[in-house]
Amino acid sequence: MAEIAERTGSFLEGFDAFLRSAASRSPERLQAMRRSAIDRLASTGFPSKRDEEWKYTNISPVLERVFAPVITSQGNGVARRDVDRFTFGAVAWHTLVFIDGHFSRELSTLHPLHDGVIIGSLAETIDRQFEAIEPYLARVTPHDTDAFTALNTAFLRDGGFVFVPDAVAIESPVHLLYVATGGTGAHMVHPRNLIVARENSAVTVVESFVRISDGVCFTNPVTEIVMGPHASVEHYKLQDESPDAYHVGSIHSRQGRDSVYTSICVSLGAALSRHNIVSTLDGKGAECTLNGLFTATGTRHVDVHTTIDHLQPNCSSREVYKGILDGRSHGVFNGKIIVRPDAQKSDARQTNKNLLLDGRARINTKPQLEIFANDVKCTHGATVGRLEAESLFYMRSRGIGEQTARAILTKAFASEIVDFIKPDPIRAHLDSVLHEQIEHMGEAMIPGGA
Amino acid sequence: MLKIRGLRASVGGKEILKGVDMAVNAGEVHAIMGPNGSGKSTLAHVLAGREGYVVTGGEVVYEGKNLLELAPELRAREGVFLAFQYPVEIPGVSNTYFLKASLNEIRKHRGLEELDAVDFLSLVRQKLKIVDIDQDLLNRPVNAGFSGGEKKRNEIFQMAVLEPRLAILDETDSGLDIDALRTIAGGVNKLRSSDKAIMVVTHYQRLLHYIVPDFVHVLLDGRIVKSGGKELALELEEKGYDWVQEEVGAQSR
Repeated sequence: MAEIAERTGSFLEGFDAFLRSAASRSPERLQAMRRSAIDRLASTGFPSKRDEEWKYTNISPVLERVFAPVITSQGNGVARRDVDRFTFGAVAWHTLVFIDGHFSRELSTLHPLHDGVIIGSLAETIDRQFEAIEPYLARVTPHDTDAFTALNTAFLRDGGFVFVPDAVAIESPVHLLYVATGGTGAHMVHPRNLIVARENSAVTVVESFVRISDGVCFTNPVTEIVMGPHASVEHYKLQDESPDAYHVGSIHSRQGRDSVYTSICVSLGAALSRHNIVSTLDGKGAECTLNGLFTATGTRHVDVHTTIDHLQPNCSSREVYKGILDGRSHGVFNGKIIVRPDAQKSDARQTNKNLLLDGRARINTKPQLEIFANDVKCTHGATVGRLEAESLFYMRSRGIGEQTARAILTKAFASEIVDFIKPDPIRAHLDSVLHEQIEHMGEAMIPGGA
Repeated sequence: MLKIRGLRASVGGKEILKGVDMAVNAGEVHAIMGPNGSGKSTLAHVLAGREGYVVTGGEVVYEGKNLLELAPELRAREGVFLAFQYPVEIPGVSNTYFLKASLNEIRKHRGLEELDAVDFLSLVRQKLKIVDIDQDLLNRPVNAGFSGGEKKRNEIFQMAVLEPRLAILDETDSGLDIDALRTIAGGVNKLRSSDKAIMVVTHYQRLLHYIVPDFVHVLLDGRIVKSGGKELALELEEKGYDWVQEEVGAQSR
């Protein structure tokens, strides 16, 4: 028992207060779900490095701290100009702003919608029309999926809810903007996003996690994506948080027949971040693409675990993840592909490429194939390398200084992923953020570099 | 412009250059010829400042400066240009971006204003004609997926844009068909001028039909053993390198 208590940290303590206050008006069925989730967490605790899935990521720093739940939304004095710089200047987008995990109607931009489309706060929808949510909530991601999902479900309250009815295409992307104010002391937020794209519908959803000022916080988001036949969903996750932030998040998608899902996850910073991305191909002919980029500097730790589960025949999956690690940072990539017995004619390709800019940086990369069908195409590859000396010399021989040459080559390495991003505003934003970040990478290695 | 005295250099612990002496003046074209393994490419790389090529003796003075003390990028900014035998592919970096960054570093160093995108493009359009290169090439990543001929053309195109004072062409003729050779030589000839010097490193005399040198040097086993005018190249073509080897052997005996 003592050991489990150690592995639950301080998370159980705030739960009763949470149930009594913010969540008190919730429907009983939701309350029951939250209670089951906290019970599950209390009985199993958080994983340790003995768990295969957490072998290279030590979450003790998260468990050793006390994070207070942000029970009520005060908005923390955040003004529109404070969040404007995070909206990519995309005024036509549906932008939902969450301050320390709570939806802010004043700071959000909502445009008129088609009949039947819902874009809004999960908390508001729970209070007003729980029946719209209930058929989908916690179906793709049951509360007992893992400890962090249980934690998220126990504290489930707010997040983005996007519902696209049959045959509707939402033209402008939906931006779920999570802003940490950094001003509330060590706190935790558990955003829950639910995206439902019904038959033959289309939508682009962007999640971004940013901060106004540095501070200690723990972000534990879960995103569920439910796709009907022929639906198309583009999903972006951009995480660029405080150097003292901890982030453990999951994105789970389940696809119907002939649907197309694209996920791009870009992780640029936090003391520790872990992204679980699980894509289930549950309809014939479904296609998914999971691409991503992670960068880490200093002593940061970034971990990406993806699972692509081919359940049905004739599905294809494409995956390219790239990591850039500087300083004494540590990266982890684990890419699992499961091809179930019925999933004949599956076509899966996975690549993970990593660039180490410092001799002290580390990466653990592991492809994991579990194939139970016989007629499948499945390829995977992983590389770990440094900047090519040949390329550096070539650039320098043309007058480009060493530090600049390194930055150009590093950015070129990242550009394959950046180029996958379709909405111009995100691509441009990421370009400039990466430019800034990469310019300062490897500096410690070149004393007096140009 | 360039004075090399007693230059010795080793690669991977093995001495390749064993005391090279030569002088190059502005306006001149020098051909460095020699069989495989004689040290021609090593000389080119040492002058450009490649890592792993360790200078163990001698000196190189370029425009009054100790060239060997300068970082590769500083040499380039001072006007030294190496056309690579094997141009490097850089996926993800467009030719235009790369060349603009290079040119502006060099211009900055020379106290000139950096070119903006518009001025740069108009300069580039002008230079494209020199080597008859396709404009599409500009938007492609540097050398990535280029044919052998395209890579070599791209080197001379870069040379045309960067306007070096001392250009070193390292086996620029290797692997080229006769048309490509002619185009590239034509491009190089257009860049000849009284204030610039060119060193052509080559195994074969073929290129020298098109880029006619003022001086020819024969490099054998890390030393320049014979120098002469353009007729020396013809003699080498006729008699091969063995002839020089024998002659040198006879002298040293």
